[in-house]
Amino acid sequence: MFKRKKNRFIETIVETLLRFSGGITTLTILLISIFLFTEGWGLFNSSTVEKGYILCVNKSNPVKNLTPTQIKEIFDGNITSWKQVGGSDIPIVPLRMDDVASMYTEEEIGTEFEHLPAKLSEAIEKEPGALGFFPEQFIDIKFMGRVLPAETITLKEYFTGKEWYPTATPASQFGLLPLLLGTLWVSLGAILLALPFGMAVAIYMAEIANNRVRKILKPVIELLAGIPSVVYGFFGLIVIVPLIRSLFNLPVGETALAGSIVLAIMALPTIITVAEDAMRTTPLAMKESSLALGATHWQTIYKVIIPYASSGIMAAIVLGIGRAIGETMAVLMVTGNAAVIPHTFTEPVRTIPATIAAELGEASVGSVQYQALFMLGAILFVLTLGISIWAEIIRKEPQSD
Amino acid sequence: MKRFFLSLAMIAIIASMSMAQKIKGSDTVLPLAQKEAEVYMKKNPSAKLTVTGGGSGIGFAALIEGTTDIAMASRSIKFDEKMKMQNGGKTSKQVIIAKDALTVIVNPSNKVSKLTREQLEAIFTGKITNWKQVGGADLTITAYSRETTSGTYEFFKEHVLKNKNYKSGILSMPATGAIIQSISQTPGAIGYVGMAYVTKNVKEILVSFDGGKNYVEPTVANSKAGKYPIVRPLYFYYDAKKEASVKPFVNFVLSAEGQALIDKVGYLSLK
Repeated sequence: MFKRKKNRFIETIVETLLRFSGGITTLTILLISIFLFTEGWGLFNSSTVEKGYILCVNKSNPVKNLTPTQIKEIFDGNITSWKQVGGSDIPIVPLRMDDVASMYTEEEIGTEFEHLPAKLSEAIEKEPGALGFFPEQFIDIKFMGRVLPAETITLKEYFTGKEWYPTATPASQFGLLPLLLGTLWVSLGAILLALPFGMAVAIYMAEIANNRVRKILKPVIELLAGIPSVVYGFFGLIVIVPLIRSLFNLPVGETALAGSIVLAIMALPTIITVAEDAMRTTPLAMKESSLALGATHWQTIYKVIIPYASSGIMAAIVLGIGRAIGETMAVLMVTGNAAVIPHTFTEPVRTIPATIAAELGEASVGSVQYQALFMLGAILFVLTLGISIWAEIIRKEPQSD
Repeated sequence: MKRFFLSLAMIAIIASMSMAQKIKGSDTVLPLAQKEAEVYMKKNPSAKLTVTGGGSGIGFAALIEGTTDIAMASRSIKFDEKMKMQNGGKTSKQVIIAKDALTVIVNPSNKVSKLTREQLEAIFTGKITNWKQVGGADLTITAYSRETTSGTYEFFKEHVLKNKNYKSGILSMPATGAIIQSISQTPGAIGYVGMAYVTKNVKEILVSFDGGKNYVEPTVANSKAGKYPIVRPLYFYYDAKKEASVKPFVNFVLSAEGQALIDKVGYLSLK
């Protein structure tokens, strides 16, 4: 009697513990995603101009505001006349603080920069075509220029922007498009390469290989999944990249294709394991009846086993895509990371995870760039979440006929 | 019981770590600071220093939050980081501890051996796209750069590109080693790395910052003599209030012994 009570007591404790750890896991995931979105969302309230700085023009200048792209083009020297941005036909003279400082002697500016506000004001007033980029703290009430209103980054600019210059001054460019397309492009390539190969190995392992071969092959393939991704990256950089360059006679070997090949190798274990497991669940009775009806082994495979396992195979594909989209280190090393919209597989691309990994460490915490990177993380999260849900739906789909 | 002692030991380690002086920041400065700290601790057994990397931005963030005593940086402090320190009631102090020269490198098969600053600017901003435009073979130029947030990237942009942006199709690599590997296997490649990292697999370019009158070879001697133009400072930053506690180590780094270590690690000492 006592013993049974004790057992019951332990059972309750174990049950509570299990429930508790389940709850903790859910809570952690929830907190992480909330954290991602709250950190990232601040981006859309931030100014495109670096914090603590303002842009200003001469009072006589009719231009009311400039888009971030225009600002960048002006300071890069690609837009040279106010006419091109809707003003009068006078050349644009970009003025940074250093430019103004070099116009005057140290004595004129003062050792504590006490005369700098007056000098900045003077420089802007003197030059009708000036576009000043000055620290806010040196702008006082007597300032003779007109400060351009600070514009916030809009959703449209972020999602349709074609340029990614997170540290450009005065105006950073946060265009998601090249990164998002780069990610999808590399993943698509990876799955196109991994699918036929993975399926072939899965069929071989499930149906053709004898027990001894399978016992060796299966751990070997699972071992592939255990190799650190940076090792794949090195392998890609030193072996695959030069190979692609000489094979296609390209100027550069760091391309989307190199990324796809490395990712395909990395996605293989997932695809093979899940697809093989799905095929092996085919009931023996079904296989035997097919064979008994006179079908050959191969006919049985593609008429009975593959259709039966189709939902599992689809899940394998989707999980493989998920693996490819989220992969960071290997891609970072072999795709060249050029933030341009890809048109072919033989061009360098930049993916979202690679961007986050490369930039987050050096970004100043809480800055616009930091927020933009968290937003990237949030987008990646939504992307992989969608894929996992898709995989779950496919897996649970009831067998048709 | 064993686990209990283990966790006790862990707590002790963590506690002793919080007593130690923390140095955090730029990965460029990291190997140097580690070497300095190692020798310093050997000389002063009572001193405890922990050096960790992460990046210049991470170092500054830790300094603002007060979780590090010294921030290592390969770029100077940004305006908003400085403002944040002031808002937190801290004043940042900057010490230049060493210098680092950047070398422009190309593939060994490239015939071009010297470039002017203007040509470098045009190459990295995408205005020159073929080697024949600068006296080389008819070959597409592939420009490699460090990642956008790296201090090296910022310095090269400010100093060589005169604050213009790199072209959008520039290939950016996560590490110096990767740049060297890529350039050594791509015939049309050009890039820039710290002088100490240059290997025999790549070719160094002579640069001219006076419009082609004098081309200077990237050597340690030329950089120290002030002849070679692409040299950047490496920094330590700390809170002025904590000066008394960090000063012994900073002084050691600046001393003749500390500066001798800098040459050993491969950077340029101040003298």
